[in-house]
Amino acid sequence: MRRAVLTTASTGALVVLLLSLKPHHPAGLPAAAPAPSPAGSRPSGGRPADGTYTGSPVPTRYGTVQVAATVKGGVLTAVKVLRVPSENGRDQEIAAYAVPRLTQEALSVHGAAIDAVSGASYTSAGYIRSLQSALDRAGV
Amino acid sequence: MSEPGGTGPVSERGGLRHVEHVMGTVFSFDVRGPVTAAVGTALAAAVARLHHIDRVFSPYRPDSAVSRLARGELRPADCSAEVREVLGRCEAARRATDGWFDPAAGGVLDPSGLVKGWAVEDAARRLRAAGARHVCVNGGGDLQMFGGAAPGVPWRVGIAHPLRPGALCAVVSGHDLAVATSGTAERGAHILDPRTGAPARGPASLTVVGPRLTMTDVYATAAFARGAGAAGWLESLPGHEALAVTGDGGSWHTAGFPAYGVPVAAGR
Repeated sequence: MRRAVLTTASTGALVVLLLSLKPHHPAGLPAAAPAPSPAGSRPSGGRPADGTYTGSPVPTRYGTVQVAATVKGGVLTAVKVLRVPSENGRDQEIAAYAVPRLTQEALSVHGAAIDAVSGASYTSAGYIRSLQSALDRAGV
Repeated sequence: MSEPGGTGPVSERGGLRHVEHVMGTVFSFDVRGPVTAAVGTALAAAVARLHHIDRVFSPYRPDSAVSRLARGELRPADCSAEVREVLGRCEAARRATDGWFDPAAGGVLDPSGLVKGWAVEDAARRLRAAGARHVCVNGGGDLQMFGGAAPGVPWRVGIAHPLRPGALCAVVSGHDLAVATSGTAERGAHILDPRTGAPARGPASLTVVGPRLTMTDVYATAAFARGAGAAGWLESLPGHEALAVTGDGGSWHTAGFPAYGVPVAAGR
């Protein structure tokens, strides 16, 4: 069961990381400052430019995580995990299991698999943190 | 906000997206496929209408018709046709839910629980009437869809997990579909139990799927207020299915829900 718990907690963390990778993020997003290094120019329409975006290392309760995301045609096509918790063998074992699954789940959320998100009514401020906001920004 | 079109770039596939801050929340418009001038005009009109609805129905604006009704300065018979329509729909909703949806649950008239869903459905209908075949309007987490994400492809809507920010608890799909979720994750305990006037103690979140958002949203609110009796009542509603996530991370759904939705991760 512990694996499931870690997977759950880390899914949230990873999605937050991915949100912070968006090049046009509003000022209200979490403090994880993104360091976008896109190849090519950024279009004016709000759609992220093709390229690979590297996120800042983010401390989580299980250790430090850092990811890079690849965007093609406005759609997230790949997530590469650069840094995972690795302080002992058990953590590495869990990370080896959890990270590929997290990547798959994050892609299914941010790729073309869903078109919109329903949830308990958000306010204008809550919208900024919502997955709907991420979908609107990506224009997928 | 800027004019529609300013924040709704036409994508490579055609289509139109627009985000509007109004009624204390955010409305997201997603029109797929070819976009004619008539659809662009209808979007502008739908957005203007949302601001109009807010001016008329907001209980937070002292000069709105709803505030004047609540203070007794205005009689229902003296109201505009659209206010009388909403009051009539509120009364129909109260009867259809055995009183569990009650626009006066807090002691003062507040039709907000019906107005937002009605406004979303109305906006989507106007776009469709203007010729848009594939329309998704999301008002603060409650959605009305027509057509599909592409010809022959259903819309897919993720249901936000109430206990795990950023994660989904299910994905529902369909063509002409309304999805409404009630819960405390975003606004706290804001749904009142009409029997006691105190905050209802419903599940962490309750999602109802149906054909039209006005009543789908009403059913979600009423079922949340019902608490323990919600599951049996929802099962009895024709054309509507539901999924609830409980405070301990468990979940239940009506017998017909799997026809619309797939849980992303089972239970806890």
